[in-house]
Amino acid sequence: MIRKKEFVIEKFLQLSAIITILTTIGIVLVLTIEAFKFFTEVSIIDFFTKTDWTPLFSKKQYGILPLLSGTLLTSFIAILIALPIGLVIAIYLSEYAPRRVRNFVKPALELLAAVPTVVYGFFALMVVTPFLQTIIPGMSGFNSLSAGFVMGIMIIPIVSSLSEDALNAVPMSLREASYGMGSTKLQTARRVVVPAASSGIVVSVILAISRAVGETMIVAIAAGQQPRLTINPLVPVETLTTYIVQVSLGDVAHNSVEYRTIFAAGITLFMFTFALNTVSHWLKNKYRERYE
Amino acid sequence: MSRIIKINRLKNSGFQVLGIIGTLIGLVLLAIFIGDILMDGLTRIDWDFITSLPSRFPEKSGIFTAMMGSIWILLMTAIISFPIGIGAGIYLEEYATKSRLSKILEINISNLAGVPSIIYGLLGLEVFVRILHFGSSLLSGSLTLALLILPIIIVATRESIKAVPQSIRDASYALGASKWQTIQHQVIPASFGGIMTGVILALSRAVGEAAPLIVVGALAYVPFAPKTPMDDFSVMPIQIFNWISRPQHGFIENAAAAIIILLIITFGMNAIAIYLRSRWQKRISW
Amino acid sequence: MISVMTNEENKVLNTNLLIPKTDPSKDKDYKIRTEHVDVFYKDFQALKNINLKIRPYTVTALIGPSGCGKSTYLRIFNRMNDYIEGFRLEGKVLVDDVDLYKDKVLLERLRKDVGMVFQKPNPFPKTVFENVAYGLKIQGVKDKHFIQERVEHALKQVVLWNEVKDDLKKNALALSGGQQQRLCIARTLAVEPNIILMDEPTSALDPLSTGKIEELIFELKNEYTILIVTHNMQQAGRVSDRTAFFYLGELVEEGLTKDIFLNPKKERTQNYITGRFG
Repeated sequence: MIRKKEFVIEKFLQLSAIITILTTIGIVLVLTIEAFKFFTEVSIIDFFTKTDWTPLFSKKQYGILPLLSGTLLTSFIAILIALPIGLVIAIYLSEYAPRRVRNFVKPALELLAAVPTVVYGFFALMVVTPFLQTIIPGMSGFNSLSAGFVMGIMIIPIVSSLSEDALNAVPMSLREASYGMGSTKLQTARRVVVPAASSGIVVSVILAISRAVGETMIVAIAAGQQPRLTINPLVPVETLTTYIVQVSLGDVAHNSVEYRTIFAAGITLFMFTFALNTVSHWLKNKYRERYE
Repeated sequence: MSRIIKINRLKNSGFQVLGIIGTLIGLVLLAIFIGDILMDGLTRIDWDFITSLPSRFPEKSGIFTAMMGSIWILLMTAIISFPIGIGAGIYLEEYATKSRLSKILEINISNLAGVPSIIYGLLGLEVFVRILHFGSSLLSGSLTLALLILPIIIVATRESIKAVPQSIRDASYALGASKWQTIQHQVIPASFGGIMTGVILALSRAVGEAAPLIVVGALAYVPFAPKTPMDDFSVMPIQIFNWISRPQHGFIENAAAAIIILLIITFGMNAIAIYLRSRWQKRISW
Repeated sequence: MISVMTNEENKVLNTNLLIPKTDPSKDKDYKIRTEHVDVFYKDFQALKNINLKIRPYTVTALIGPSGCGKSTYLRIFNRMNDYIEGFRLEGKVLVDDVDLYKDKVLLERLRKDVGMVFQKPNPFPKTVFENVAYGLKIQGVKDKHFIQERVEHALKQVVLWNEVKDDLKKNALALSGGQQQRLCIARTLAVEPNIILMDEPTSALDPLSTGKIEELIFELKNEYTILIVTHNMQQAGRVSDRTAFFYLGELVEEGLTKDIFLNPKKERTQNYITGRFG
């Protein structure tokens, strides 16, 4: 009797775990099947080379590049903010701050990541853009600069927390050796600790980029909905994620090409984040081996 | 020589100041943002705002349907994800250790944790809404969000179970307990605080999500609060998004007011999680 | 083994040394004096009233069971204990008559003059060359030629040059344990210290590498004052001129190594040396 109960429970637990695999399979299948149908109607070469994205207009063009560039531009701005600030915080917390400060600051920073992204979108549109417009006249009401900036603030904890873990993993003996030769904390951090933790820091940055690339609400609210191939941070752009939201909010017939465009955009986004996550995973395993 | 030391020290102190500024900058900006929100929205919050249905007129609009939608979504997502997430965590930690399946599961879960939430929306749209014909209902929405937060719950469960020392299990086995009895009576109670912390954090993430629900087909305008899991729904983040996109200033005030309520909910959940974690860590030190 | 430097090079590093190299003719002077030194970690007293004088160009072994305070004592001379929370020191720690804890001592400078070799080899995850050049670079030395000479000289001092001269660009972590430890000694020598602190430098090494390090210590004492913490009685006997025995934070006995080993005055020393407690 007990045997049977044990068996049933184990099977239930196993099934729970397998649901995660089914989820992955589901994502891959859904995206590839719909994207495949999409590419029977739209040339894959046009998709990756044409520079206009106008599936919702009468003259339809399916070039993904403007959406991709919008995604990359906002993510790039975000990382430009998050990398230096996050890294400085990580070094400060791991090398300088007393333990008590660290125990308080770490959860406080996590708060930044706990704020719903739609709230950040509001900040970007209602606070940051009006403020920047006073400095940069001619800046558009929707732009990638504000969206990217706020997104950068949001992903600071990803960079700072994971980088700090990497810095902490550097053995104390290396710091002692450096201090023992008369280095300041900054010299020790810059020349010994940060280089030794570099792969862990790279992992944190890749994960932060991946998060920024997949972020939706901030860009949907503040960056605009105009697909545009540009690196000008002051004008409206549209990201892959915003486009999916835009279509979802409208009335698009199921089984139409327009409907399938969101899966084409989705699979592009998925491949991108998947590649980033895989690289970070691989790097993480590699540097784990080094000190163990 | 001593000049160089002085320069190095100056750089060192300079960096320390930079570190403090960097640490504060994000939090200060957040404080400014929240201050701005409070100024915009605090006066708008009253009983009418909480109990009114949405309307074309900003001053008549309320958050009621969206809030009820969020509560429905929160409860249903919790009910779905709780047993599955904890079950999967227990399986990985107690049953499948070191097997090839566990290796695959582990890589898979860490990959899922990195998939953008909007992709889960596409999955939900195709599988729950279309194939299973659940429509753009609360059920489709909460199933989608449950899949989204599963990796967080699984990871938290595993971490908490890992902290339970082997000696406790050995003691239980030595008294003749079966594997599941040991898990049920020793491992789960000992790790429950940590698991709950993870679950609450995961749910607070779910409450703030808008993108996957928009893709699943949650609406910005729902005239009545949902009554069954198969009803159409809206949630607070979507209502906020909708109000932000309106030109009239009154809607911006509404958005700010709704954001205040949403932040109280998410920060409240985070505070509970942090409190649980610290209490759990204090109570049990192996 | 004597370092040859032109006057010009000398200027780069050795202007107004805080701790001058002791002139061998004044051999009778003491290099290091500790007077009534007490060390506390919060409420715990790690060292109790330590009085000890150390002559230049000698090797002094610090022995005693684990937790007796010998490592704490070693680390007061480059103030490495400063990083431990709750650390407090009373009494006088004099090096060349400079009080390390009372006088205005530049910490970075002190650590250049008082080098340290650690228990486990801890080369930086950089090239062999970068490891030895590290100390010079953090002092702002830019002259590449000068750095190159110093690196070569230091590696020759530790008899590692012939083994690594073709692999200077190799990662130091690829060297064997014994080579790594000699590299760490070279890294210390490259900035021309005059005192070297060694904290059980061979405890992580095999007997062959240990032998090489011991020979090296014997050579180095011609130019440096060396303090070495060791658990290994034979090692203390082989390399040191004098030995100090610590027990429970107290300095029980100090004297010529052969006296300590052959006729200790105190019973506790006798018991420890003969292995009655460990």
